[in-house]
Amino acid sequence: MSEAMADRKLDRSHMQVSDEVAIQISNMNKWYGTFHVLRDIDLTVNRGERIVIAGPSGSGKSTLIRCINRLEEHQQGQIIVDGTELTSDLKNIDKVRSEVGMVFQHFNLFPHLTILENLTLAPIWVRKTPKKEAEEVAMHYLNKVKIPEQAHKYPGMLSGGQQQRVAIARSLCMKPRIMLFDEPTSALDPEMIKEVLDTMIELAEEGMTMLCVTHEMGFAQAVANRVIFMDQGQIVEQNNPHDFFNNPQSERTKLFLSQILGH
Amino acid sequence: MSDTHSNTAAYVRDTMIPQKAPPTGQVGAVRWLTENLFSGPVNTILTLLGVAAVYFLFVHLGPWFQNSIWNANSLAECREILDGASGACWGVIKDRWHQLLFGFYPQYTDPAIISALTGVDLATAKGWGDASVEAEKGFGVVFRYWRPSLTFILMVAALVPVLFDAIPRKALWFSAAFPFLAFWLLWGGSIWFPVFAMMGFAVGYIAFIALQRISSLAATVGAVLAPVIWWFFLAEPIGDAVASAIPISLVPIQSHDFGGFMISIIIGVTGIALSLPIGILLALGRQSDMPLVKWICVGFIEFIRGVPLITLLFTASLLLNYFLPPGTNFDIVLRVIIMVTLFAAAYMAEVIRGGFAALPRGQYEAADALGLDYWKSQRLILLPQVLKISIPGIVNTFIGLFKDTTLVVFIGILDPIGLSSAIRADSNWNGIFMELYAFIALCFFIFCFGMSRYSQYLEGKLKTDHH
Repeated sequence: MSEAMADRKLDRSHMQVSDEVAIQISNMNKWYGTFHVLRDIDLTVNRGERIVIAGPSGSGKSTLIRCINRLEEHQQGQIIVDGTELTSDLKNIDKVRSEVGMVFQHFNLFPHLTILENLTLAPIWVRKTPKKEAEEVAMHYLNKVKIPEQAHKYPGMLSGGQQQRVAIARSLCMKPRIMLFDEPTSALDPEMIKEVLDTMIELAEEGMTMLCVTHEMGFAQAVANRVIFMDQGQIVEQNNPHDFFNNPQSERTKLFLSQILGH
Repeated sequence: MSDTHSNTAAYVRDTMIPQKAPPTGQVGAVRWLTENLFSGPVNTILTLLGVAAVYFLFVHLGPWFQNSIWNANSLAECREILDGASGACWGVIKDRWHQLLFGFYPQYTDPAIISALTGVDLATAKGWGDASVEAEKGFGVVFRYWRPSLTFILMVAALVPVLFDAIPRKALWFSAAFPFLAFWLLWGGSIWFPVFAMMGFAVGYIAFIALQRISSLAATVGAVLAPVIWWFFLAEPIGDAVASAIPISLVPIQSHDFGGFMISIIIGVTGIALSLPIGILLALGRQSDMPLVKWICVGFIEFIRGVPLITLLFTASLLLNYFLPPGTNFDIVLRVIIMVTLFAAAYMAEVIRGGFAALPRGQYEAADALGLDYWKSQRLILLPQVLKISIPGIVNTFIGLFKDTTLVVFIGILDPIGLSSAIRADSNWNGIFMELYAFIALCFFIFCFGMSRYSQYLEGKLKTDHH
């Protein structure tokens, strides 16, 4: 179990799951060429849910959350995000993308822009926020991720953990209603994982709807209200974290858990 | 698990070691020499061979430069002064440098104005050798060729805000207007022709803004169509009317009078300024999802790259006349500029494609994930990085283009190389080669080295990965 979680007592007062549906995925299939990468995915995410998606590499978990903001295209089935169905209509895609924040494994900050410019770019050019207001919002979120003093540096001058916190702040500046995390701590040195997870926990405490692909099972146990296990492009098992870790049903899940928690 | 080790560890450091200076002999000139020049037998032999080569070059070229003759009116006079010794006869440069710069561009020769500007009375001067005429031949040339000289000064003024972002951005308006101003100054004619040509862009912009409320497609189509209608149907009658009401004009000068470095700079700078944006569009087109756009761009790039520039220039000067309606007078310099630009743009497209390939996939995804549309993510995220990565290749293409302008000598345009032959045709300078070529080489080197240094400055300035 990750030690990063041990010293944290969560404030659960805002962590409520509502009945409102945030994401509806039904009977969705995706192929890479002839390779069937996602098979008959059915998933409903309610507002306020914190979902951790786990599974071996190549199981399609990253592809699944990348379909939710159309970084990957699905070939069959339906994905409805915040009431907007994802089709090839560019207007819908841009609308969904501006409502859904995404954090990547390799941060993907824009290296030619300062931290502040990274944060204000999308609000200014997509949301048409006045520059001054966008900068105030950016500083608010930089304070929140505890690195306001880095605002005028370039991404290349920051540590990995700091860059990932900037990337989270960059997404938050667009005031997203849903946040997607694609292995946000996998590229980080162990001592930096905690600072990023702390930021994510704070976000969860505020009631953000989160889908998180991660191998941090401590985070899953402490924060998630649902854990989804995927293998070979399909959802094999989903449950609340307590039952998922203590009483896994499928053989595949048991094997996976024994492999990642076994030592 | 970590608790058990601290109790059984056999060694614990209690003070950390501070930084120390390196031992003597690890820094300084001796170390540099032994490490870089004499590190082994092969390196030592190469060093000695290199020193020998420099020595022989110096021994042979030294006297030639040392015995430089500046005051001579012909090669024969030079040889007389040298009396058999080896020496450079720079008299030819002193006599003809204005021709190497401006070709046969007509000089402004009103004696009253020239003498007012330079203080030299041409009526009483006794010809070459008279000190006052020499003075006039020097600085006075700027006034005799005031139109290209002024254009050059304005060009520098227009380039500065483009090259250095410390200059107030408003100065870019002058840079944008400069091409039209330069055209008028160099070719002359009515000022209303370039003014109305420039207004075409304003017309396009207004059409774009007006139609944007309907749809972005209508706005784009309007932005292209409106200026075309303006240029082909409206500009001429309105321009003629205004020109007859308010006649402001310079003496028109024909393209075949242009020459020297002036023509190299006209073709080179125009080609550079146009090939970059066209190259960017071709590179984007080559990556397009739209098959037709992609095929057109690939076909264009591969065709142009597969053909030597000289054949394109011959096409421009000879073949094009067969395809154009009889009697069309399509300016030769304009034709050459178009060909050189297209040629450089094809190379530029490939350089920029290389920059796109070097950009991590994550940058595209991050731009997409934030909801930026295609053009915004290109302009704000991808192109700034791609162009930065591609700076060495882009400047390489620019330098190549600038030097390739000397190929126009083959289609009868008198660039500096062409003029060196023309100067030799004069019996005074028959048989002089090295001095002319050395001067031409020096001028080209100054421009190309300048571009190279600027690109290094830019690379350093755009570096953001450390302090």
